[in-house]
Order: sequence, then C-alpha cells, then structure tokens
Amino acid sequence: MNDLAAYNFAYLDEQTKRMIRRAILKAIAIPGYQVPFASREMPMPYGWGTGGVQVTASILGPDDVLKVIDQGADDTTNAVSIRAFFQKVANVAVTTKTKEATIIQTRHRIPEEPLREGQTLVYQVPIPEPLRFLEPRETETRKMHALEEYGLMHVKLYEDIARNGHIATTYAYPVKVEDRYVMDPSPTPKFDNPKMHMSEALQLFGAGREKRIYAVPPYTQVVSLDFEDHPFEVQKFDKPCALCGAENVYLDEVVLDDKGGRMFVCSDTDHCEDRRAHGHAGALLARPTQESQEAAE
Amino acid sequence: MSAIPLLKVNDVSKFYGSRIGCRNVSFELYPGEVLAVVGESGSGKTTLLSCLSTRLMPTSGIVEYHMRDGQYRDLARMSEAERRFLMRTDWGFVHQNPADGLRMTVSAGANVGERLMAVGDRHYGNIRASASDWLRRVEIEEDRIDDQPRAFSGGMRQRLQIARNLVTSPRLVFMDEPTGGLDVSVQARLLDLLRGLVHDLGLAAIIVTHDLAVARLLSHRMMVMKDGAVIEQGLTDRVLDDPREPYTQLLVSSILQV
Repeated sequence: MNDLAAYNFAYLDEQTKRMIRRAILKAIAIPGYQVPFASREMPMPYGWGTGGVQVTASILGPDDVLKVIDQGADDTTNAVSIRAFFQKVANVAVTTKTKEATIIQTRHRIPEEPLREGQTLVYQVPIPEPLRFLEPRETETRKMHALEEYGLMHVKLYEDIARNGHIATTYAYPVKVEDRYVMDPSPTPKFDNPKMHMSEALQLFGAGREKRIYAVPPYTQVVSLDFEDHPFEVQKFDKPCALCGAENVYLDEVVLDDKGGRMFVCSDTDHCEDRRAHGHAGALLARPTQESQEAAE
Repeated sequence: MSAIPLLKVNDVSKFYGSRIGCRNVSFELYPGEVLAVVGESGSGKTTLLSCLSTRLMPTSGIVEYHMRDGQYRDLARMSEAERRFLMRTDWGFVHQNPADGLRMTVSAGANVGERLMAVGDRHYGNIRASASDWLRRVEIEEDRIDDQPRAFSGGMRQRLQIARNLVTSPRLVFMDEPTGGLDVSVQARLLDLLRGLVHDLGLAAIIVTHDLAVARLLSHRMMVMKDGAVIEQGLTDRVLDDPREPYTQLLVSSILQV
C-alpha cells in the first residue's frame, strides 16, 4: 500500500456511475430530451469535455477500445489528454482507428467512416439547450420543449436568411429528433448532421457544466430544421483534400507559410491516414518520390 | 355583430392574500365589440385583464371563451398547451411597454413572422411577404423590415407590437394601456390606426386605459372600475356624457379641457 489516494476503475465511484447510467437510460428512452444529472467535478476545467468524460467513464468497461477525437483529430491537446486520462484511470485499450473503437468520445466532429452497430459516440456538449440564445429563461425553454413550441427556432433561421440571404448557421445546427424534440447536436459542423440520421451507432451527449445528458438511439430519425424555400444544405468544398484527395469530406484550412500559402486537408486525421495508407494521394503528395528525395537531401 | 357572445365573464374575483385585486366582475363581450375598462391606478383594471387573458388565475368565477369550433370552454379548465395555443393564434395581447411584447434582438420581420412560424408556417417567402404586408398596414416603412425594434421609436415599436399580434387574424385582442408613454400626436396616430384595424378586421377588443379620450375614440362600451369593483357600465357615449355614479362624474369632470 502506498498513501496515494486510490480511485475507482474509470475514475468515478460506482454510485456516481449508477446515477449517470440511469440518466443515460432515460435519455435513450426519450430521444432528444435533456435529462438533468448531478454532474461531478472532474480533474479538468469546464469546457474541456467534463460532460463527455463522465458519460464515457460511466459506460466504459475493461474490454472497450477507446478513441478520442477533437475537431476530427486524434493528436490535438484535448484528445491526447482525455485519451491519456482513461489509459491511466481505466487501463483500457486505446486506438486512433475508427473501425476498431467501441467507444468514440468526440468534440465537434463525427468520423467520416460510417459508424456501425455496437459502437457508441460520446459528444462533449458546451450548451445543450438549442433555444438558449433566443430564450434565456430555463423555466420557459423547458415549457417550450414540453409543449413542442418550436416556432422560435425558425425565428433564428429566419433571421439568418434575412441578414445573409441563406441559412448561415454552420455549426450546432438544430435538428428535430424522431419528430418530437428539437436538439442541439453540439458544435459539430452541419456537414455532420446527415450522419446522425438513422445512424447504426448509439449517440450520447454529455454537458458537464450545464448538467444535462441526452441521446439519440440507433436508427433514429434526425432531421435538420429548414424552410421549404430554403432547404437544409451541407457545406461544399471546391477542392479535395490536399493530402489524400478525398472528396465529400469535411476539410480544415491549414496555413502553410506567411505568403498566403494554404491547403485544405481532412479534418478527420484517421480517415486521411487510412486513405494515404491505401495509396490515395492529394495535390500536395502527387509526387511523393521527388519530395522524399528533396527531404533526404 | 353576432348574437353569441365571444367571451362570457361570470363573477370573477381575484384576491392577493387578503387584498382585493378585483371582485364580482361579470360581463359578456360580443364579436367585433370593443370594451374599454377605465378607472384610476389601483382600481383593478390590469388584474381583471390578466384574469381574462389567463395570465393570472382568478380566485373565483368563470371565464368562458367561444372557440372556433363553436364550443364554450372554461379557460381555467383548459390545459396549458391549449391556453398557450389560443394565446398565440386566436388572441392578441398588446402590452403597455412594447419591450414586453416584442423580441428586441430579432428583426421586425421575424417579430411579425414568429406567430406564423409557431403555427407551422415553413415557407420563408410567404412569411416575409405577410410580415412586409403587416408592416405596411401599421405604417412602418417596408425597408425597416430587417431592423431590430431597438432601432425603432416608441410609437413604431407599439405599432410593430400590434402587427405582431394581428398577423394570425385573432378574434380577440387584449390591450393594456396601448397608448401609455406616447406623446399626443403619436397617440392620435396610433388610435386612428387601431380604430381602422379593429373596424376592418372585426376584432373584439378589451382595452384597459386610464385615458377617457382613448375609451371615447375606440370603444363601443365601457366599464368603470373603483376599488376592484365595476361601479358603472354602459355604452361609451352614455357613460361619458351622462355619468350616473359620483365617482364616474368625478372622473369625467377631471379631464383637462384645452
């Protein structure tokens, strides 16, 4: 024995996990409904994914394989530290491969690789209430959800069109789940909204600071709100990924130098690496032999 | 005017603890009729209006509304969902302070369109067209459609609030001091507009005001309240020209003559 404080498997104590699992079960039973739960303090600041971490900790078992992504990437600060956290407190296997993971905790993206049955996607949510910036009173927004009064959500979209000529909301784009609850899909780009519809995987959403959990069970309708004459559209990109040549994926802009050079690459790093390993090459890697020679020189 | 009352109010009282808000108020309101409720501050006008418009539950008494399906419904026995639906479709409520009735941070067009979207209108072009039509009807320039009400003057805000309430063609509109806080020329213009709209649309309205001139211009019938009770009611011209109760006589004689 040493005198270091001991902690339970996956950090949270069993009673807390039980409480969170109950909230998760309720959330799955009422798709899109925000279930309040007694969010715990986690050894990281609010805004770093305390909600997602608590959900993951509650559903994680010793046999799970965990993948953590932040803006699609496996190697950014948030992803690396949360992955290291669970390696340390639960000693679970981790991976960067979407196919191999059983639980994927994500911040702001859904992997490009279609998820399959048995996988669980855990979202980190900063503000779970889609009506929050339109109606500041929690008592009122709850009532609006209860009575299905969602006209206000369209007021926001109306304002978008009035100001910009099109629906300018590009992330946290409101969706209606199973024809009942309007839900904030967390700040994922609206590019990812169609992936939520009838997804084979279970999707769980945890908001630590706001103390809410909600869920989209597998094979559930998720419809993005829109107007008849301004239908929902996802972002389109002019060029394919500069590294792997992928089209119809979500791209990040990367500045290359201080002379205006830039490239657009897959935001999903695993997807990009996988494609390159299979011999796909984008514009920047078109002459890989020559480039590697230059690098060697 | 139809012979079937739109609203039947029977013996409505509201107590705040042991204090009286209003007591034993009974009347019937017919479609297309404008009723003014006058009286000094603290006489229970606003309490009565809140009880009628389900913003407050009366302590005792029954308020019944003639629904579009022809049935009378006791407002206190309706579910909250039904009440709220009624309030945003068949009713309007014009607040004294436009900021209470408007969304100050969204554009005028969205303010007018909100009710349409709330009842399921999902065509941007149509919503915008009716918003712009209503702005024209309340004499707001159509190029102000994308401005926020914060950029509007008091009179414009009040007119916008009226447009926002009338867009779903309600049958009954409650107004709480609609001209309060406006200067006299703006007041006159607003009253003129209201009178036209009420006449054209065949609206029934209950207007709470302490301004007898407003009552004279807009209403067909009026009720005078004092200490929570209705002390006199009748046709507006009759009450103002031939007041019977001493208090009403005092009220009428207190109007400043210029």
